[in-house]
Amino acid sequence: MIRGGGTLRRMTNDSSVPAIEVTGLRRSYGGQVVLDGIGLRVPEGTVFSLLGPNGAGKTTMVQILSTLIRADGGVARICGHDVRREPDRVRAAIGVTGQFSAVDSYLTGEENLLLMGRLHHLGRAAARRRAADLLKRFDLVEAAGKGAAAYSGGMRRRLDLAMGLMGDPRVVFLDEPTTGLDPRSRRDMWDIVRGLVGRGVTIFLTTQYLEEADQLADRVALLHHGRIVAEGTPAELKQRVPGGTLDDVFLALTEVEA
Amino acid sequence: MTLVVRDSVTMLGRQLRHMRRDLSTSLILLAVPIIFLLLFVYVLGGTLGDGLDDGDGGRAAYVDYVVPGILLITVASAVQGTAIGVAMDMTEGIVARFRTMAIARSSVLTGHVLGSLLMILFQLTVVLAVALLIGFRPNATAIEWLAAGGLLTATAFALIWLAVGMGLAAKTVAGASNMPMPLTLLPLFGSGFVPTESMPTALRLFAEHQPFTPIMETLRGLLMGTGVGVSGWVAGGWCTAITLAGYAWAKRNYDRDRTR
Repeated sequence: MIRGGGTLRRMTNDSSVPAIEVTGLRRSYGGQVVLDGIGLRVPEGTVFSLLGPNGAGKTTMVQILSTLIRADGGVARICGHDVRREPDRVRAAIGVTGQFSAVDSYLTGEENLLLMGRLHHLGRAAARRRAADLLKRFDLVEAAGKGAAAYSGGMRRRLDLAMGLMGDPRVVFLDEPTTGLDPRSRRDMWDIVRGLVGRGVTIFLTTQYLEEADQLADRVALLHHGRIVAEGTPAELKQRVPGGTLDDVFLALTEVEA
Repeated sequence: MTLVVRDSVTMLGRQLRHMRRDLSTSLILLAVPIIFLLLFVYVLGGTLGDGLDDGDGGRAAYVDYVVPGILLITVASAVQGTAIGVAMDMTEGIVARFRTMAIARSSVLTGHVLGSLLMILFQLTVVLAVALLIGFRPNATAIEWLAAGGLLTATAFALIWLAVGMGLAAKTVAGASNMPMPLTLLPLFGSGFVPTESMPTALRLFAEHQPFTPIMETLRGLLMGTGVGVSGWVAGGWCTAITLAGYAWAKRNYDRDRTR
């Protein structure tokens, strides 16, 4: 484990229920197989990165795990709760930040957070405290009173992530959190993610940026044509191909049948 | 149950904020019935009024005749805002976020419906005030006013659900804003602006049997004391039917897998 103090701290917990456990997950869209028997296990307090080219099925995976859509077959559990049979238990445990930011443009940044607070049934004072804390952590204090419609891409994404954290989730899904962001905003996002890991949150991150997976993830799985074609720590994956970078792994493994 | 109420109140609060922030849309939608009212009363009313049953009532008689139709145009125009709001929610990704949260699923739509209902009642009040200002002279008793208010609320409720269904069915926000448009013109093809007897047969048959006509006849009966008769029941039936159909349609679209 190169990265993630969170991993080490949580090692003692490793025998307990994994944060995410998936077996034989399948999903097709009108005859086209998007996920073809996915299995994976993410221990609590670690960062797991699902890496893959566009259209590999990463978003579909997040949508199934976050109860947005149903799988055609297989089982997925979040903190021990079946996504199909106990969706509300799962929803109470997760926070989601999608590729397309899901903020309310008519509301200000602070109002967006307070709306989440009310929907999580936090008390007024607790919601205000948490909102203030998140605004500070995510560098949105100055923009707190401005309408979200006026936010830059990076600010929107940070607000989006902050909204997903209002409920104090144990598992956070980040679906391509830095796609379309400038390098500065991307670094900021990475720092935020590292901060979350430090607090013991489990992170499921999809990305098409190899550097991002390399920087953040404890384990990486490479998704290609609906199957996981490689899985391991970034270091393990790099050893598998000559060249020794994640780029080489990515290209070697996704080129075969493409 | 309390959870449903709590989340619905939260969503209603969100909706009211939206309307406050986007007043221009509401004002444009409110302008439609007022323009119709002024146009028909001042430009056409003098002549149209003389053609009504009582003979030469002129503009004064026409104001009294046209108000029920204008009130329905108010509702039909306002639900365009409902369809737009719902469609925007669906395309903006915020509803996807709500779906990943442990909240009462229905609360999103409940917020839209209640928010729109409050907005429409407000708009109806404004339009009625303008009508009174330009000479509308109803002779309704308190009970008749109450009944008229009840019928307008039921009509609004029905059309709102229909508009929610449209907003959910539309692929784009622009599409959602166009779909309720025909509703705004429907009072013209009924007894809203001229008595149906003056229309050619085919049109008259449509006009007499379309849902808005019994609603307008009932409103006219209640406000002007011309008698309600069987229209009241037919109007109630239409409101119930449209509400149920709109609700079922909206629910089916809302529960549908909405991933791209």
